[in-house]
Amino acid sequence: MNAGRRLVRAGSLAAALLLWQLLTSLDVNLWLRFEQFPTVVEVASAFADRVGTTTYWQDLGHSLGRITVGFLLAAVLGVAAGTAVARSRWAADLLGPLVEVVRPVPAIALVPVAILLLPTNEQGIVFITFTAAFFPVLVSTRHAVRALTPAWEEAVLTMGGGRLRVLRSVVLPGALPGVFGGLSVGIGVAWICVISAEMISGEYGVGYRTWQDYTVVDYPGVFVGMATIGGLGWLTSTAVEFLGRRATSWLPRPTAGGAAGTSRALFRRAARVTRTTPEFPAHSDTDADAGAKAGVLADAAAPTAVPRKEPVP
Amino acid sequence: MSPAPAPAGAELTLDAVRLGHPDGAAIPGTVTLSIPPGELLAVVGPSGCGKSTLLRTLAGLLPPREGTVRQDGQPIDRPAADRALVFQHDALLPWRTVRANVELPLAIRRVPRAERRRSAADWLDRVGLAGHAHKLPHQLSGGQRQRVQLARALAGRPRAVLMDEPFGALDAHTRAGMQDLLVEILRGTGATVVFVTHDVDEALHLGDRVLRLGSGQVMGVPHPRERDARTAPGTEEARRRILESL
Repeated sequence: MNAGRRLVRAGSLAAALLLWQLLTSLDVNLWLRFEQFPTVVEVASAFADRVGTTTYWQDLGHSLGRITVGFLLAAVLGVAAGTAVARSRWAADLLGPLVEVVRPVPAIALVPVAILLLPTNEQGIVFITFTAAFFPVLVSTRHAVRALTPAWEEAVLTMGGGRLRVLRSVVLPGALPGVFGGLSVGIGVAWICVISAEMISGEYGVGYRTWQDYTVVDYPGVFVGMATIGGLGWLTSTAVEFLGRRATSWLPRPTAGGAAGTSRALFRRAARVTRTTPEFPAHSDTDADAGAKAGVLADAAAPTAVPRKEPVP
Repeated sequence: MSPAPAPAGAELTLDAVRLGHPDGAAIPGTVTLSIPPGELLAVVGPSGCGKSTLLRTLAGLLPPREGTVRQDGQPIDRPAADRALVFQHDALLPWRTVRANVELPLAIRRVPRAERRRSAADWLDRVGLAGHAHKLPHQLSGGQRQRVQLARALAGRPRAVLMDEPFGALDAHTRAGMQDLLVEILRGTGATVVFVTHDVDEALHLGDRVLRLGSGQVMGVPHPRERDARTAPGTEEARRRILESL
């Protein structure tokens, strides 16, 4: 990413913060009411205070620990169950209906189940986080495994490979791009659910703290919690994205923005080059004159080219 | 540099075999045929006549609907490293480098790493891709990918090679080059080859015999693998007979 694009991204965030500061410090009341709303400066100073306390880091550690355990469990079991459902008729018949019935239940609605089943609150929160991430991973894996090119498996079978070899050398690597799609969705819903579960039944954690601040009407504290959740979520999903790119680096992929966007950008850049280099060294031979009449595009394509010695047929 | 003595080709026999997917309609007619070791049998026929199904049945990926398929007298009931399959396209594992793809059949047979490396390098050299070992399949052209597939199929030293229109997606020039390469690298392997194609000229150039799958007839090729025999009277006659029956 070049400096210009970074600037645009930072500018977008800064503009949002500025708007927030203006609306709240001027106590704007235009149907939306900003009088009670904490200003950016208030939130920032509350943030600075909190970061100095051990409770803040304890809460952060608790939330991160819960999501890590829940998410990793969901990743491993989701990939295993998704592969099994896609590859084995038995698994599809035994697990398939169960999955379809449980999947629509929001993970946070499983709080009563977690309380009934599990001895501690801590395990309950991990369980809910796990359930939230499990289904997106399972469904993506199932689709990815079913969409594998049949020739890959047939090739390995006719090399004498068995079921395990097909699984290891074809199914898992081939499904990886789809699996990482599911993991990206999964980490997002896992955050939603770990925070919600902490708000309901936690004893520590960012979600618990945020809810505590709300009950004692400490609004800047609530926003500190939100900013922390946002930062953590961004960090973890970036990590998942990064791992995904590393693991599927074999995919032929266009640069960010997609092939169409990239090629449009390339054309724009070429046009800019054309415009900014109007006085290109004058050519003496005839085909350069023809080029000049036809516009400077031909030169822009090779801006460093030496004037040609002989006309090109 | 050539590998240890080549194993003899397999003898493949089909006895009153009815082809078809187990949960689809069977293809009309039965096939009875014996392919002697080391023969190159070209298979032609209209689309949908079961050319690919025949190969998958010989490979052991599909059971015959009726009749028996044997290799050296033993019924074929599962795929095995003895019978390699070469596909029209998309068969290389896209996450493995060219070299890792060629090493795969050897890795499956638990050949030690050093020997795998050596053998893969040797095969890539033979198909003219020695400098491309570290590339991924999508970085190669269609013709180069098919050469990698050939190298991969032959690296496992199969006794039979089953080829499903391997040059069907290539332009005429590349295709002629690939045919020559195939003839050259098959020499000395002793492998039996079943080569499916929709191109009658290709069948008449490569095959020792040609099977017309629609009718089940087999005919001898007058001048197998002679480039300049394309317009010989025998070849012209054979081409006319095949085209009439299709």
